Amino acid sequence: MKHFEVTFIVDPVLSGDEVKSTAQTYQEMLTKEGASIVHVDEMGLRQLAYPLNKRSTGVYYCIEFSAPTGALIGKVELAMKRDERIMRFLTIALDKFGVKYNDDKRNGKIGKKVRKEKPVAELSRPYSPKVAPIAQAIEAEIPEEILETPTKPVE
Amino acid sequence: MATQDEIKFLSNPNIGKKQKKYCRFKKFGIRHIDYKDPDFLIQFINEQGKILPRRLTGNSLKYQKRVATAIKRARHLAILPYVSDLLK
Repeated sequence: MKHFEVTFIVDPVLSGDEVKSTAQTYQEMLTKEGASIVHVDEMGLRQLAYPLNKRSTGVYYCIEFSAPTGALIGKVELAMKRDERIMRFLTIALDKFGVKYNDDKRNGKIGKKVRKEKPVAELSRPYSPKVAPIAQAIEAEIPEEILETPTKPVE
Repeated sequence: MATQDEIKFLSNPNIGKKQKKYCRFKKFGIRHIDYKDPDFLIQFINEQGKILPRRLTGNSLKYQKRVATAIKRARHLAILPYVSDLLK
Protein backbone atom coordinates (compact mmCIF):
# COMPACT_ATOMS: atom_id res chain seq x y z
CA MET A 1 0.00 0.00 0.00
CA LYS A 2 1.26 3.42 -0.91
CA HIS A 3 0.37 6.55 0.96
CA PHE A 4 -0.68 9.70 -0.80
CA GLU A 5 -1.84 13.12 0.15
CA VAL A 6 -4.00 15.41 -1.92
CA THR A 7 -4.34 19.08 -0.95
CA PHE A 8 -6.82 21.30 -2.72
CA ILE A 9 -8.22 24.80 -2.44
CA VAL A 10 -11.97 25.23 -2.73
CA ASP A 11 -13.53 28.46 -3.94
CA PRO A 12 -14.49 30.53 -0.86
CA VAL A 13 -17.45 32.15 -2.66
CA LEU A 14 -19.41 28.90 -2.26
CA SER A 15 -21.58 28.50 0.82
CA GLY A 16 -20.35 26.39 3.74
CA ASP A 17 -22.45 23.40 2.75
CA GLU A 18 -21.28 23.52 -0.86
CA VAL A 19 -17.66 23.58 0.26
CA LYS A 20 -18.23 20.58 2.49
CA SER A 21 -20.08 18.68 -0.21
CA THR A 22 -17.19 19.34 -2.61
CA ALA A 23 -14.74 17.77 -0.20
CA GLN A 24 -17.20 14.93 0.41
CA THR A 25 -17.42 14.27 -3.33
CA TYR A 26 -13.71 13.64 -3.58
CA GLN A 27 -13.64 11.49 -0.46
CA GLU A 28 -16.33 9.32 -1.98
CA MET A 29 -14.55 9.25 -5.32
CA LEU A 30 -11.35 8.05 -3.65
CA THR A 31 -13.09 5.30 -1.71
CA LYS A 32 -14.93 4.24 -4.86
CA GLU A 33 -11.61 3.88 -6.68
CA GLY A 34 -10.35 1.53 -4.00
CA ALA A 35 -8.43 3.87 -1.71
CA SER A 36 -8.85 3.90 2.05
CA ILE A 37 -8.93 7.35 3.58
CA VAL A 38 -6.56 7.80 6.51
CA HIS A 39 -7.46 11.32 7.50
CA VAL A 40 -9.22 14.42 6.21
CA ASP A 41 -7.68 17.64 7.40
CA GLU A 42 -9.89 20.71 7.13
CA MET A 43 -7.38 23.50 7.18
CA GLY A 44 -10.15 26.05 6.80
CA LEU A 45 -10.30 29.48 5.23
CA ARG A 46 -6.83 30.86 4.65
CA GLN A 47 -5.36 33.95 3.13
CA LEU A 48 -3.67 33.17 -0.19
CA ALA A 49 -0.12 34.36 -0.76
CA TYR A 50 -1.15 35.67 -4.18
CA PRO A 51 -4.56 35.99 -5.88
CA LEU A 52 -5.98 32.90 -7.58
CA ASN A 53 -8.91 33.33 -9.97
CA LYS A 54 -9.29 36.87 -8.57
CA ARG A 55 -9.87 35.49 -5.06
CA SER A 56 -7.69 36.43 -2.12
CA THR A 57 -8.79 33.62 0.22
CA GLY A 58 -9.41 29.92 -0.15
CA VAL A 59 -10.69 26.94 1.80
CA TYR A 60 -7.93 24.37 2.17
CA TYR A 61 -8.53 20.65 2.44
CA CYS A 62 -5.97 17.91 2.79
CA ILE A 63 -6.94 14.25 2.33
CA GLU A 64 -4.44 11.57 3.26
CA PHE A 65 -5.19 8.18 1.77
CA SER A 66 -3.57 4.86 1.00
CA ALA A 67 -4.05 2.92 -2.18
CA PRO A 68 -2.51 -0.23 -3.69
CA THR A 69 -1.35 1.66 -6.78
CA GLY A 70 -1.21 5.25 -7.95
CA ALA A 71 -3.48 4.54 -10.91
CA LEU A 72 -6.49 6.30 -9.39
CA ILE A 73 -4.68 9.61 -9.02
CA GLY A 74 -4.98 10.43 -12.71
CA LYS A 75 -8.75 10.05 -12.61
CA VAL A 76 -9.15 12.14 -9.46
CA GLU A 77 -6.85 14.86 -10.75
CA LEU A 78 -8.73 15.01 -14.04
CA ALA A 79 -11.99 15.41 -12.14
CA MET A 80 -10.44 18.18 -10.05
CA LYS A 81 -9.13 19.94 -13.12
CA ARG A 82 -12.60 19.96 -14.65
CA ASP A 83 -14.22 21.08 -11.41
CA GLU A 84 -14.74 24.83 -11.29
CA ARG A 85 -15.17 24.83 -7.53
CA ILE A 86 -11.53 23.78 -7.05
CA MET A 87 -8.94 26.48 -7.57
CA ARG A 88 -5.72 24.48 -7.04
CA PHE A 89 -4.74 20.96 -6.13
CA LEU A 90 -1.57 19.01 -5.45
CA THR A 91 -1.13 15.28 -4.99
CA ILE A 92 2.05 13.91 -3.49
CA ALA A 93 3.28 10.46 -2.52
CA LEU A 94 4.28 10.18 1.13
CA ASP A 95 7.30 8.22 2.25
CA LYS A 96 7.41 6.50 5.63
CA PHE A 97 8.66 9.66 7.32
CA GLY A 98 5.81 11.65 5.84
CA VAL A 99 3.30 9.11 7.13
CA LYS A 100 4.88 9.26 10.57
CA TYR A 101 4.92 13.05 10.51
CA ASN A 102 1.20 13.21 9.70
CA ASP A 103 0.48 10.64 12.38
CA ASP A 104 2.41 12.63 14.98
CA LYS A 105 0.69 15.81 13.90
CA ARG A 106 -2.72 14.25 14.40
CA ASN A 107 -1.75 13.06 17.86
CA GLY A 108 -0.70 16.55 18.81
CA LYS A 109 3.02 15.84 18.92
CA ILE A 110 3.61 18.40 16.19
CA GLY A 111 1.65 21.60 16.05
CA LYS A 112 1.79 25.33 15.85
CA LYS A 113 -0.10 26.00 19.07
CA VAL A 114 1.72 23.47 21.21
CA ARG A 115 5.20 24.52 20.01
CA LYS A 116 6.58 21.34 21.51
CA GLU A 117 7.27 19.91 18.08
CA LYS A 118 10.68 18.34 18.15
CA PRO A 119 12.09 20.23 15.16
CA VAL A 120 10.68 23.62 16.08
CA ALA A 121 11.46 23.41 19.78
CA GLU A 122 15.06 22.44 19.17
CA LEU A 123 15.49 24.94 16.40
CA SER A 124 14.49 27.81 18.64
CA ARG A 125 17.00 26.75 21.27
CA PRO A 126 20.18 28.07 19.63
CA TYR A 127 18.58 31.45 19.03
CA SER A 128 16.69 31.99 22.27
CA PRO A 129 19.66 32.62 24.61
CA LYS A 130 20.92 35.32 22.29
CA VAL A 131 17.55 36.99 21.93
CA ALA A 132 16.57 37.03 25.58
CA PRO A 133 19.44 39.14 26.99
CA ILE A 134 19.12 41.68 24.17
CA ALA A 135 15.40 42.02 24.78
CA GLN A 136 16.02 42.52 28.49
CA ALA A 137 18.73 45.04 27.83
CA ILE A 138 16.46 47.02 25.54
CA GLU A 139 13.69 47.00 28.12
CA ALA A 140 16.11 48.15 30.77
CA GLU A 141 17.48 50.95 28.62
CA ILE A 142 14.24 52.46 27.46
CA PRO A 143 13.00 53.78 30.81
CA GLU A 144 16.32 55.51 31.46
CA GLU A 145 16.19 57.34 28.16
CA ILE A 146 12.60 58.35 28.68
CA LEU A 147 13.48 59.69 32.11
CA GLU A 148 16.53 61.53 30.81
CA THR A 149 14.96 63.28 27.86
CA PRO A 150 12.39 65.46 29.66
CA THR A 151 15.00 66.70 32.15
CA LYS A 152 17.31 68.09 29.47
CA PRO A 153 15.10 70.95 28.24
CA VAL A 154 14.43 71.93 31.84
CA GLU A 155 18.13 72.33 32.53
CA MET B 1 24.74 52.19 30.01
CA ALA B 2 28.13 50.55 30.43
CA THR B 3 30.44 52.16 32.96
CA GLN B 4 34.19 52.53 32.62
CA ASP B 5 34.87 49.26 34.48
CA GLU B 6 32.65 47.21 32.21
CA ILE B 7 34.51 48.15 29.05
CA LYS B 8 37.27 45.60 28.72
CA PHE B 9 37.74 45.31 24.98
CA LEU B 10 37.95 47.94 22.33
CA SER B 11 36.11 45.71 19.87
CA ASN B 12 33.88 42.68 20.26
CA PRO B 13 36.23 39.73 20.94
CA ASN B 14 33.83 37.33 19.22
CA ILE B 15 34.10 39.10 15.87
CA GLY B 16 36.96 37.05 14.47
CA LYS B 17 35.52 33.71 15.56
CA LYS B 18 33.76 31.74 12.87
CA GLN B 19 30.77 29.74 14.01
CA LYS B 20 30.58 26.42 12.22
CA LYS B 21 27.37 26.04 10.22
CA TYR B 22 25.43 22.84 10.54
CA CYS B 23 22.51 21.10 8.91
CA ARG B 24 19.61 21.46 11.30
CA PHE B 25 17.79 18.52 9.74
CA LYS B 26 20.68 16.17 10.39
CA LYS B 27 21.40 17.60 13.81
CA PHE B 28 17.84 17.41 15.14
CA GLY B 29 16.69 14.38 13.17
CA ILE B 30 13.98 16.06 11.09
CA ARG B 31 13.14 13.58 8.37
CA HIS B 32 10.07 15.11 6.76
CA ILE B 33 9.56 18.69 5.65
CA ASP B 34 5.93 19.76 5.55
CA TYR B 35 5.04 21.97 2.61
CA LYS B 36 1.89 23.16 4.41
CA ASP B 37 3.82 24.89 7.19
CA PRO B 38 4.79 28.38 5.99
CA ASP B 39 6.19 29.43 9.38
CA PHE B 40 8.87 26.78 9.12
CA LEU B 41 9.67 27.28 5.44
CA ILE B 42 9.98 31.05 5.83
CA GLN B 43 13.35 30.43 7.48
CA PHE B 44 14.72 29.26 4.15
CA ILE B 45 13.58 32.13 1.94
CA ASN B 46 14.67 35.73 1.79
CA GLU B 47 12.52 38.85 1.86
CA GLN B 48 11.72 38.58 -1.82
CA GLY B 49 10.61 34.97 -1.48
CA LYS B 50 13.74 33.51 -3.05
CA ILE B 51 15.15 30.25 -1.74
CA LEU B 52 18.30 30.86 0.29
CA PRO B 53 21.44 29.00 -0.81
CA ARG B 54 23.08 26.24 1.16
CA ARG B 55 26.01 28.56 1.67
CA LEU B 56 23.81 30.64 4.00
CA THR B 57 21.49 28.08 5.57
CA GLY B 58 24.12 25.39 6.13
CA ASN B 59 21.76 22.60 5.00
CA SER B 60 23.18 19.38 3.65
CA LEU B 61 22.62 18.73 -0.04
CA LYS B 62 19.97 16.11 0.63
CA TYR B 63 17.85 18.36 2.81
CA GLN B 64 18.44 21.50 0.77
CA LYS B 65 16.83 19.67 -2.16
CA ARG B 66 13.89 18.68 0.02
CA VAL B 67 13.49 22.19 1.38
CA ALA B 68 13.50 23.51 -2.18
CA THR B 69 10.82 20.99 -3.19
CA ALA B 70 8.69 21.85 -0.17
CA ILE B 71 8.94 25.57 -0.91
CA LYS B 72 7.99 25.01 -4.54
CA ARG B 73 4.98 22.95 -3.48
CA ALA B 74 3.94 25.64 -1.02
CA ARG B 75 4.21 28.25 -3.78
CA HIS B 76 1.97 26.22 -6.06
CA LEU B 77 -0.69 26.05 -3.34
CA ALA B 78 -0.44 29.80 -2.62
CA ILE B 79 0.89 29.12 0.87
CA LEU B 80 4.08 31.01 0.04
CA PRO B 81 4.39 33.76 -2.59
CA TYR B 82 6.39 33.37 -5.78
CA VAL B 83 7.48 36.99 -5.63
CA SER B 84 7.13 39.35 -2.76
CA ASP B 85 8.54 42.39 -1.07
CA LEU B 86 9.20 42.80 2.63
CA LEU B 87 8.15 39.24 3.40
CA LYS B 88 9.92 39.19 6.74
